[in-house]
Amino acid sequence: MEPVTRINGRTVVLALDDVDTDQIIPARFLTTTVRQGLGQHLFADWRYDADGRENADFVLNQPDAAGAAVLVAGRNFGCGSSREHAPWALLDNGIAVVISTEIADIFLNNSLKNGLIPVIVDEETHRWLLDHPGVEVSVDVDALELVIPEHDPIPFDIDRFARHCLLNGVDQLGYLLQHSEAIDAHEARTR
Amino acid sequence: MNSLFEKVWDQHVVVAETDESPAILYIDLHLVHEVTSPQAFSLLRDQGLTVRRPEQTLATIDHSIPTTPVSSLADLVVTSDTPATRQLVQMEKNCNDFGIALRDFSSPERGIVHVIGPELGATQPGMTIVCGDSHTSTHGAFGALAFGIGTTEVAHVLATQCMLQRRPKTFAVNVEGSLPPGVAAKDIVLSIIGRIGVDGGIGHAIEYRGSAISALSMEERMTICNMSIEGGARAGMIAPDDTTYEYLAGRPYAPSGADWDRALAAWQQLPGDPEAHFDKQITLDVSKLKPMVTFGTNPGMVISIDEPVPTPAGNDEAFAKALAYMQLESGKPLAGTPVDIVFVGSCTNSRLSDLEVVAGLLKGRRIADGVRMLVVPGSQQVKVDAEARGLDRVFKAAGAEWREAGCSMCIAMNGDFVPAGKLAVSTSNRNFQGRQGTGARTILASPLTAAASALTGVVSDPRQFLD
Ligand code: SF4
Repeated sequence: MEPVTRINGRTVVLALDDVDTDQIIPARFLTTTVRQGLGQHLFADWRYDADGRENADFVLNQPDAAGAAVLVAGRNFGCGSSREHAPWALLDNGIAVVISTEIADIFLNNSLKNGLIPVIVDEETHRWLLDHPGVEVSVDVDALELVIPEHDPIPFDIDRFARHCLLNGVDQLGYLLQHSEAIDAHEARTR
Repeated sequence: MNSLFEKVWDQHVVVAETDESPAILYIDLHLVHEVTSPQAFSLLRDQGLTVRRPEQTLATIDHSIPTTPVSSLADLVVTSDTPATRQLVQMEKNCNDFGIALRDFSSPERGIVHVIGPELGATQPGMTIVCGDSHTSTHGAFGALAFGIGTTEVAHVLATQCMLQRRPKTFAVNVEGSLPPGVAAKDIVLSIIGRIGVDGGIGHAIEYRGSAISALSMEERMTICNMSIEGGARAGMIAPDDTTYEYLAGRPYAPSGADWDRALAAWQQLPGDPEAHFDKQITLDVSKLKPMVTFGTNPGMVISIDEPVPTPAGNDEAFAKALAYMQLESGKPLAGTPVDIVFVGSCTNSRLSDLEVVAGLLKGRRIADGVRMLVVPGSQQVKVDAEARGLDRVFKAAGAEWREAGCSMCIAMNGDFVPAGKLAVSTSNRNFQGRQGTGARTILASPLTAAASALTGVVSDPRQFLD
């Protein structure tokens, strides 16, 4: 994985709570055997009508959403299915950060493994971001600070190991493989 | 003073957790299916790695397969060269290349991953079990620590039989009271989700306890643990007891002879100590519980069958959007809403006892005109057992379709789907927008409520059919 230290970008706001991974990437697109190319199906059922035309009302289709790298989402974003296709689709569509007050466990885990940065903020900051779509923000993974207009830098937390992996481009599988002897010993002990 | 969760967790820690790094957790059983594994196998191939424990890897095809008879993958490729079929071909190749036995179309052991694990006796108390599938929580019914993982983690487990994991917090859900007639395990779990919300279990492993849980069969316990993820919890567990051991004894992958005695002695140590600490607790009394039905687009939007569709508190955009999608109105009863499709199936409710309940109600009756009813067994073994009891004939005589095993209309990847705008009463676990097909409207319910609704053609309280 490429190291990620800081992401600067514009926000796009999807305020709905409990957005599940079936919305992020509907199951009919899960027949792929590769990670690439899922961006075109991101939020497919909200983004396109039955004939495949873009829904002008949907936030991601609005002109100022083009190029936005930061998704400000409602509470419990990414609930439901464990499909890693959800962070793949977001990343493939240029989204590099998701900000919310709460992010579902499996989605959050999958995001960190792919360099999509989950940023959990307090209600007040969240409210401000929901009310100010399209602002430029900066996410510093090293300092664990979110910089948004009109505010002092806002601290946020990322699991220390995940942060270390992000900053240094550490391959977690490689890390696990380094512990082969401990795994052998565990198997010998429990068999 | 350890809880069930803590005991199982501690037994599987290979390298302990620190502030700097998560625990390395050993995985006893890895379930693999066609949809969330291809990219994991590619990762192994790219790095020249092998599968560490093929014999601890249980692979099958379930999510995208047809539920009409298919004799072999080769035959399917000829008749239907779709992305789904190509994914199945890839699955076969991956399992061959990496030395994993695949329960494919020809295997009598195939079925939905979460149905076959327990059925084969591969799922056992005290194990750690993972799968690239969020309903892996099902296996927690046996006192296993079981949870869903992403595809990158599938690669980790394939290559190392381990994963990196921070210890979750613990959440005791105490369920007391005896369940009234016509009310099922599905209603219990729907009411729990209604109470804690779809995010109530985030960061937690649930343990379901109490007299109402002890009284349940293994199949009912699986229904409860299955939907833990719908409450935001990755894992849901139930302490093993005699019901568990009786279920497992004699199953093909369960230990036997002296091994059984040794295993049993270890399993009996697993239930949590009475004074074990939980980070969170709730208690529910189910003695007055009624059949539950969802009205919105997540499983937390749930009411008793005799309640009106709720009115949101304040200006709730998600709530309004959900009702508009469902074409339902606040204040109006949900019971009586016309039904187009009834789906009995999925890893939540597709086991033999579920099908027996449905057949019990359908026997000697016909489903309403205009209703399409699909009954999809959770595994080929369930299919064989159901047919041996004549349940297939009951379903067909009532006007329902009887299918081969698979996920089917739960996820609508295989051609079984609910057409746009149509309303389905479904025994599955997710009523998300489009889950059962683009534009499909889903009401989640118990098998009994689904069967009653099929008979009347409207969302119905099954208790009206009780003698
Ligand atoms: S039946 Fe549905 S929920 Fe269960 S594993 Fe299959 S797709 Fe997932």
